[in-house]
Amino acid sequence: MSAALDTGSAPALSVRDLSTTFQTPRGPVTAVDAVSFDVMPGEVLGLVGESGSGKSVTLRSLMRLVHAPGTVSGAVSWKGRDLVAMSAPELRKVRGGEIAMIFQEPTSALNPVLTVGLQIEENLKAHTSLDRSARRKRAIELLDLVGIPAAASRLDDYPHQFSGGMRQRVMIAIALASDPKLLLADEPTTALDVTIQDQILKLILDLRDRFAMSVVLVTHDLGVVAATCDRMAVMYAGRIVESGPVVDLFREPHHAYTRGLLGSVPRGGAERTQLLSIEGTPPSLAAIPPGCAFNPRCSFATEVCRRDRPALAAYAPGRFVACHHHTEVAAAGTAVAA
Amino acid sequence: MSAAKEPLPLLQIEEAVKRFPMPQGILDRLAGRPPRAVNALNGVNLAVRRGETVGIVGESGCGKSTLARCLVRLHELDDGRIRFDGKDVAEYRGAERRAFNRRVQMIFQDPYSSLNPRMRVRQILGEALSVHRVRPPAEIPGRIAELLELVRLPQDAADRFPHEFSGGQRQRIGIARALAVEPDVLVADELVSALDVSVQAQVVNLLLQLQEELHLTVVFVAHDLRLVRHISHRVAVMYLGKVIEVGPTEALFTAPRHPYTKALLDAAPELDPTRRTRVAAARGELPSPLDLPQGCLFNTRCPHAFDRCFAERPILTPRGPEHRAACHLTDFGLPQADPASVAAVAAPAPLSL
Repeated sequence: MSAALDTGSAPALSVRDLSTTFQTPRGPVTAVDAVSFDVMPGEVLGLVGESGSGKSVTLRSLMRLVHAPGTVSGAVSWKGRDLVAMSAPELRKVRGGEIAMIFQEPTSALNPVLTVGLQIEENLKAHTSLDRSARRKRAIELLDLVGIPAAASRLDDYPHQFSGGMRQRVMIAIALASDPKLLLADEPTTALDVTIQDQILKLILDLRDRFAMSVVLVTHDLGVVAATCDRMAVMYAGRIVESGPVVDLFREPHHAYTRGLLGSVPRGGAERTQLLSIEGTPPSLAAIPPGCAFNPRCSFATEVCRRDRPALAAYAPGRFVACHHHTEVAAAGTAVAA
Repeated sequence: MSAAKEPLPLLQIEEAVKRFPMPQGILDRLAGRPPRAVNALNGVNLAVRRGETVGIVGESGCGKSTLARCLVRLHELDDGRIRFDGKDVAEYRGAERRAFNRRVQMIFQDPYSSLNPRMRVRQILGEALSVHRVRPPAEIPGRIAELLELVRLPQDAADRFPHEFSGGQRQRIGIARALAVEPDVLVADELVSALDVSVQAQVVNLLLQLQEELHLTVVFVAHDLRLVRHISHRVAVMYLGKVIEVGPTEALFTAPRHPYTKALLDAAPELDPTRRTRVAAARGELPSPLDLPQGCLFNTRCPHAFDRCFAERPILTPRGPEHRAACHLTDFGLPQADPASVAAVAAPAPLSL
């Protein structure tokens, strides 16, 4: 999948300088700070980061699903239209229509007092011109498509009658009802067991192929990224610190944070040795250090890192990093510390 | 450790059974239906030797947390026994019971709810010390300072409250509290699963260091296979309240001998993006622990199940040095000698679109 920013094909979604700020009693907090990225047609982009890095807020900001006192600025270009500037009724047609979203917790995202059939048909009613009987037929097809056995007989069941994995399948069926071209998935498998996670991730990949959808997948799990994404963007303290093709980033990280994240995950072959941990904890968004936000935890940091914030810049086709010392980080390799 | 003169295991779990009765509705009672129960542990066998780390893995509902809680006697077994130093823990009374409580300590999963928010760290650690009278009162402040140093927390942490710490630091307090009473065994239930990846590594590194320093025996319960592989000498895999495979970490991870272990390992995403698969490793989902399958507990999802698996529950049998698996097939990965005896189980996977 060619996914470099400078390839000839036009991106499906283009995000420029997206910022999301929340007004709090203690002053404004910028959860997403001038984030820019592209999603190519049919591509799976992984947004990776730890809690509080702004990855989920970024995803929600794309569709302006940010409650007051949060404000979104920047430009999100979708099929030549800017979602940030779009009027509310227009945006409602795009939301859940051309762009669908699935969430981490299927139990709280589904309405517990409506049957799953009704919840799928709701979306069909909003975004298609099918009549009642055609909607019901389509709902059965969708449940079948996402791998729910005996779909026709499950249509009148309520969410609590499904297991966690099956509920996530129902949520995907609802998302697919409108035939979306972009699926935004916020930690879709975090609440699931590993064998079920595996099934859901593979389902998302199959559906991507089948419907030529683009997918933005928010996750904290590097294993999930390695197994599903074409390209990844690593977020730290509200900003993208590194992005590029997954294979390249895993082989040669250029940002110390990416390197630290990869080293923090145990791999086979070095059992019971010390892991390459990152000292300290992620900063509070209300107190982001000056200069590079990662500098207090970074072993490569120098005076310039404490003073100037590095900009995200391309250093090779399709690879971007925001680090003053990225060549040194790359040269240090990914080997796990002894 | 040679098998010839094996020392007595420090902890020995024999046929442990734990059921949690379900509340019964009035209609069920009037109809005279027997009360139902969640079968959390269905005959667990496992031994833990002094100084080793045993990892217990499995998916939610496999009984791994229940087992951890039974080990520290937060639950009492319904059947079977747990021996500590050769003696059934249910028989410990009085001073012996207190000594057991001190020697087997638990660290909990949630660093936010497992520490009393109204107590300063000094009180949290001091309480453990005074309850078990491990140190005379005069030595307690010194011991608290020692413990903070042990878990790499600053000395001024003693006068702060739990909410002033990050998740990783709180988990260090939990470790310090468990270590305060100089235990022999640490039972860690999902020690780091509530923490961010970069912080997980810090806590795992600390646990590895402390184990070396203090010669601790560790029972490490977790769902994260990579973590368990990294930290354990031996690993036990649980499914529906039974240990279905147990063996040395390397052998179990490189050559699993139970179809469930294999599915679990295959399902865990590889950290190598060049080695992707597109077929789901396991089909179906965990059966309800209210109604256990007849025969082998894994037969509803096993691609290799044949008629014997539906009739007879397999027991743990040897597969290699210290390696045992509970499966009727000894080489499930290889083609079957008699295909006629293998029931048609190749039902379409739910993902074959």
